[in-house]
Amino acid sequence: MKKTFTMLAAAAIAATTAAPALADLVVPNLSYRTGPFAAGGIPYADGFNDYFTLLNERDGGIGGEKVQVPECETAYNTEKGVECYESTKGQGALVYNPLSTGITYQLIPKVTADKIPLYTPGYGRTSAANGKVFEWVFNYPANYWDGASVAIKYLLDENGGSLEGKKIALLYHNSAYGKEPIRTLQELAKKHGFTLSELPIDSPGQEQKSQWLQVRRDKPDYVLFWGWGVMNSVAVQEAANIRFPMDKFIGIWWSGSENDVLPAGDGANGYKALTFNGVGGDYPVYADLKKYVFDAGKGSGAGDAAGSVIYSRGMYAAVIISEAIRKAQEIAGTPKVNAAQVRDGFEALEITDARLEELGLKGFGQPFAASCGDHGGAGGAMIQQWDAAAKKWSLITGFIEPDHDVLDPLVAEDSAAFAAENNIAERCN
Amino acid sequence: MPDQLLYAMEVSLNGLMAGIMYSLVALGFVLIFKASGIFNYAQGVLALFAALTLVGLQQGQIPFSHVINAIFGTELHSFGWTLPALVAIALTALVMVGLAWLIERLVLKHLVNQEPIILFMATIGLAYFLEGLGDVMWGADIKKLDVGLPQGISETIDAITFNAFGYGFFIDRLDIVAAVVAALLVASLTLFSQYTKYGRALRAVADDHQAALSVGISLRFIWVLVWSIAGFVALVAGIMWGSKSGVQFSLSLIALKALPVLMLGGFTSIPGAIVGGLIIGMGEKLFEFFAGPLIGGATENWFAYVLALLFLVFRPQGLFGERIIERV
Repeated sequence: MKKTFTMLAAAAIAATTAAPALADLVVPNLSYRTGPFAAGGIPYADGFNDYFTLLNERDGGIGGEKVQVPECETAYNTEKGVECYESTKGQGALVYNPLSTGITYQLIPKVTADKIPLYTPGYGRTSAANGKVFEWVFNYPANYWDGASVAIKYLLDENGGSLEGKKIALLYHNSAYGKEPIRTLQELAKKHGFTLSELPIDSPGQEQKSQWLQVRRDKPDYVLFWGWGVMNSVAVQEAANIRFPMDKFIGIWWSGSENDVLPAGDGANGYKALTFNGVGGDYPVYADLKKYVFDAGKGSGAGDAAGSVIYSRGMYAAVIISEAIRKAQEIAGTPKVNAAQVRDGFEALEITDARLEELGLKGFGQPFAASCGDHGGAGGAMIQQWDAAAKKWSLITGFIEPDHDVLDPLVAEDSAAFAAENNIAERCN
Repeated sequence: MPDQLLYAMEVSLNGLMAGIMYSLVALGFVLIFKASGIFNYAQGVLALFAALTLVGLQQGQIPFSHVINAIFGTELHSFGWTLPALVAIALTALVMVGLAWLIERLVLKHLVNQEPIILFMATIGLAYFLEGLGDVMWGADIKKLDVGLPQGISETIDAITFNAFGYGFFIDRLDIVAAVVAALLVASLTLFSQYTKYGRALRAVADDHQAALSVGISLRFIWVLVWSIAGFVALVAGIMWGSKSGVQFSLSLIALKALPVLMLGGFTSIPGAIVGGLIIGMGEKLFEFFAGPLIGGATENWFAYVLALLFLVFRPQGLFGERIIERV
């Protein structure tokens, strides 16, 4: 009896801690399918998983090596995210993408010590774009400071090249994530002569009456918005309630999904948001996903989110990671790459229009070429606008370049401070 | 009238309205605590579960469809109907009664005479279980709740205040509906507890379990009854908050807004929940208005608790709570 119990226990432990086969490429998915931010976390995780499933099913993996995507639930909680990192890194993890700026900040010193790349597309620590300091972190194709700058450049275009005397309010998630664009916007306010007011909202953001009453009193010309989760849909609803012109309300890319606008119904019509990837499901890659993943019953979710904003972004993260792995295999001359080699792949990665077309994603993202010093990419973003009647997003601009004259010194300053604090010698000299 | 004064008046009114929304959640806590001495950690999740069920039933969503499809390879998602709001609300209320019965049968029955902390722990377990159940039953995507409640600025109040002060106040029509519903709810609960047989039984149990048992009142029935009523109150709170933000899993966090209301109003008083909500709502909004710009804003979450703590120092049982003295 005792022996049987011991065997059963051993079998149970083996089952719960089963590591991927040694030959597999391991890309952990630190996801959040539970908790207050699950509505965003689920489609992102599904898009991420499904793309790797597509590569496995259609191409036999990357360079002939299957990809394993062990998933670990973080609930968008920083402590749990760190636990997930610690519990999965021993499986031979090649790269992490935690979809949380809070978790990213905690993981930066850990991945640096463990020599595992951290990929944070469109989120995380902005100054990690400086590869001279952040050897193991990559945040292309765009970061929050790029986003802030693109939004202001778009507004400049809308106002004949001048924002002099305009009032712009920044409504933001009161967290590391929401505070990221403040520094940039302050610099841009000095440069372009607009007044910036900052309105923090505590997480989760179900109650925003105070902030919107202030918007109603102050009558800013534009509201920029850095929200996530329920904060987004409440903000769109409150803006509609006070009749703030929706076409003057612009969210960052994490505040521009279908989830954020559908609850407000017609009131959300005209709301704008940034995006660093294409919208909708009219890309050939979705046909492949349907054929090899959804119709084969191998989808991470029901498959009904394919083409939605957050799903597409999770998929795009997987696309870039797979391309970095492919590049690493090319450099190393072997399909069996380790984390350090994948880092080299990230640093040498070049995404061209031609390559995007080959991937079934023509025009989906902005081409970029990473380098030793540049881990941030070109930083361009587009503006998408919500059509409430058609219930879909449409792109109303092409890629807008950020203001590198303002951003580059800020990135250099912030990363230099980080380097000084952590005794990091600059590379790439 | 100075602009700042007008703005402060507008903020105060909106604070009172927000306070009523907090009170709707706090009422459910009070009902269960008053009748059984249990601090129901799951009250926020009950509101979430009720709202999820309401949307699911209204839109004809097949419960557990993801699980069914995953196991049997089917493509089931919807029954293909859309129920009228009132029918869906009535059906959801029945589901909440069924849930109350199950909670009594499967959890509370086995914990009679246990320490309050054990019962509290049981409700923590219940909260997480219900959250998971809601996810599996109805999915975790954000759902639009439409039961026909109005939203947006009240033109009437805007016009009246504009004529009076030269500045139109913003009041959300949804908040006005919430205020009316809360008033009706409190009146109904008061009438129920004062003038019905079961209401009197409920009060008897609340006063003294042993004495109530000795005159033949079934404690188990009363528990089912009170959890059913709390479930209905949770449904009302879920409708109001869900109409505001869509039905999503962060809805369960509205419980955090109810805690300072309970601390201030007392855990055993229905009027206390209302008055506590009004004070907390107005207090936090006014503090944000005056002090927020000076100290960086986003003060509401913590200031509500500071306000409640201040009241606690001077009146530990809350404004309307019963004073509890344990002799040793």
